[in-house]
Amino acid sequence: MSRTMTGAKMVVQALKDQGVEVVFGYPGGAVLPIYDEIFQQNDIRHVLVRHEQAAVHMAEGYARSTGKPGVVLVTSGPGATNAVTGMVDALMDSIPIVVFTGQVPTFMIGTDGFQEADTVGITRPCTKHNWLAKDTDRLAGIIHEAFHVATSGRPGPVLIDIPKDVQFATGTYTEPRQARVDHYKPRLKGDIEAITRLVELMESAERPIFYTGGGVINSGPGASQLLRELVDATGFPITSTLMGLGAYPASGKSWLGMLGMHGLYEANLAMHGCDLMIAIGARFDDRITGRVSDFSPDSTKAQIDIDASSINKIVHVDLPILGDVGHVLEDLLMIWKSRGRKTNRAALAGWWKQIDAWKEVKCLSYAPSETVIKPQYALERLEALTKGRDRYVTTEVGQHQMWAAQFLGFEAPNRWMTSGGLGTMGYGFPASIGVQIAHPESLVINIAGEASFLMNMQEIGTAMQFRAPVKQFILNNERLGMVRQWQDLLHGGRYSQSWSESLPDFVKLAEAFGAKGIQCSDPAQLDDAIMEMIEYDGPVIFDCLVEKHENCFPMIPSGKPHNEMLLAADAEAFKSGAALV
Amino acid sequence: MAALNIKKGSSSHSAYDLRDFHSQAERSHTLALIVDNEAGVLARVIGLFSGRGYNIDSLTVAETDHKGHRSRITIVTRGTEAVIEQIKAQLGRIVPVHEVHDLTVESAAVERELALFKVVGGGDKRVEALRLADIFRANVVDSTLESFVFEITGTSEKIDAFAELMRPLGLADVARTGVAALSRGA
Repeated sequence: MSRTMTGAKMVVQALKDQGVEVVFGYPGGAVLPIYDEIFQQNDIRHVLVRHEQAAVHMAEGYARSTGKPGVVLVTSGPGATNAVTGMVDALMDSIPIVVFTGQVPTFMIGTDGFQEADTVGITRPCTKHNWLAKDTDRLAGIIHEAFHVATSGRPGPVLIDIPKDVQFATGTYTEPRQARVDHYKPRLKGDIEAITRLVELMESAERPIFYTGGGVINSGPGASQLLRELVDATGFPITSTLMGLGAYPASGKSWLGMLGMHGLYEANLAMHGCDLMIAIGARFDDRITGRVSDFSPDSTKAQIDIDASSINKIVHVDLPILGDVGHVLEDLLMIWKSRGRKTNRAALAGWWKQIDAWKEVKCLSYAPSETVIKPQYALERLEALTKGRDRYVTTEVGQHQMWAAQFLGFEAPNRWMTSGGLGTMGYGFPASIGVQIAHPESLVINIAGEASFLMNMQEIGTAMQFRAPVKQFILNNERLGMVRQWQDLLHGGRYSQSWSESLPDFVKLAEAFGAKGIQCSDPAQLDDAIMEMIEYDGPVIFDCLVEKHENCFPMIPSGKPHNEMLLAADAEAFKSGAALV
Repeated sequence: MAALNIKKGSSSHSAYDLRDFHSQAERSHTLALIVDNEAGVLARVIGLFSGRGYNIDSLTVAETDHKGHRSRITIVTRGTEAVIEQIKAQLGRIVPVHEVHDLTVESAAVERELALFKVVGGGDKRVEALRLADIFRANVVDSTLESFVFEITGTSEKIDAFAELMRPLGLADVARTGVAALSRGA
């Protein structure tokens, strides 16, 4: 039985059929018919944001913490262009997002109408795919197809641009099972021959390492479970990218910590010195590899990825396995077990001895202070006081983000939301609201810098309106800390435009919105202040005044290989050397 | 490490290609794409090339299956083996792109281009142009007392050669279609 309805009603019906519970959005002229339909139902909750960019970041936080696609609804023109940053962010980090934009009526397209923008043209390189729905009869089918594309294969953002006359017109609704999805079916199973070859390499490897990324988390909780089983059964060391934290637990015995530009000394040196690298759902980003020509020079490299374009893009891989991480790991484990669970135990023991020696360097050590809060100390205390709770963490972008990755431990996937690929300041606050909407009873903390926080601070209003008790933990150094750090190390200490002048009083700012503000500058009072933040039932802005000149180490300077890492103790010598160049 | 025993040949859906990946030599490749004939699909393909800094030497596109709404895009591009593999993988990711064939690698292929040449002049030059056109099997599709328009099909190299010969004989204008290509055999 076919059903006829207006395009606007189709949008709401299709969302219900796709199991959508929440939409993050902002109304405007070109989406009014859809908002009218939202008004007349109670199945789908609408979260009214204060800026469209934040709507997409909220949907990202929602998606990343639940594994379900996030949905955004915004108007034409500025509504769509404001959402662009969020879409690119989701594209870079492979987050499934479905964005609906209103458009001027079809007969006005191309006339520079009010709030008209070429949305599909603008967002073509910003989305995994996008559609301009010009025909109401096709609209529902497109929406179902869009959900399929967003969530299949390597996930990503998709956009559907709906002209206003298409929303008003009546057409035939397409049920999800009738929608055209066959044409996009990424391959899930890996080549068994190649997986067997990897098992052979694992059996004889002397210095193996697992290098895992966000792809493990995108593959679902089952993939993380299989990864844990594989790592623990083989006893191979494991490191992860920023995006992959939590897939293997930080308390696990084989965990080396994050790798990359601000990764741990032992993780980076193990990558440099390994003889077998098994990359799983990771894409050899430049923040991971450092200088590519010197990247892990003596290793055989295997890579498991669902996206063929991620294989051999940056680093040549000897053994590519195209497929879904979960499916490939299942086969890998099965084959490895059936061949007798062999590893080169003697060599592995020597490899761990070497790694343990690297660990002794204690690369995260910093000079403690009794008078001023060190940012590392603030995160150590936050970790100690929130560990074991039902906790989700988001971050903004900069030094605080790297310190959070270094000092917080994640025991489960989908608990850590950060802007990895695009590095979007202003991501964390709205993302934390999206996470909180999905997990109303959980403790959701956004680790922020004062400058990043200011980029989307208007969302305090959203947090208040929707009773999202998110905790904004701002490491306030009155600086663009990471910019300042690069200027300190690489630009002769000329701090061009990298300090935050005219900052608001964050406590008063919170209070102006009806939220709670806490300020702390004394290390002795930090624990009490953090507990006050955790126990308050409502949004909190925690202004943690920290050391202003702290640099984040270890650091691989841009264009250097893994074994030329800077530790805190090397910084002064590096600066004097850099000044000569 | 030892060579992997994995089948050769490649398409967008296979990462297994064992040609010398480290070669820095650039080479021309002819790629054939089968795509949905829908609005924006050409822009997606071109945007990929411009956005990621790849070259397009030649591009042709037209609907080839009206019933199935399919078009064929033929692209001649240039790059190292690693870059060509990356281009194919990126093309394969585009949702309305159904097939990516590297005609340079997969099998022998025929490549043809059609061109129109306007040659203006009189006297000996006009006679010589007509004589050369005959040798190149070019057809005269328009003529006036002062000009010819020749139609020629062939490989791009043949058309380049014809253009060189026509230049001193009064070549006034050229229109080329770009390369169309198909694999040989069944």
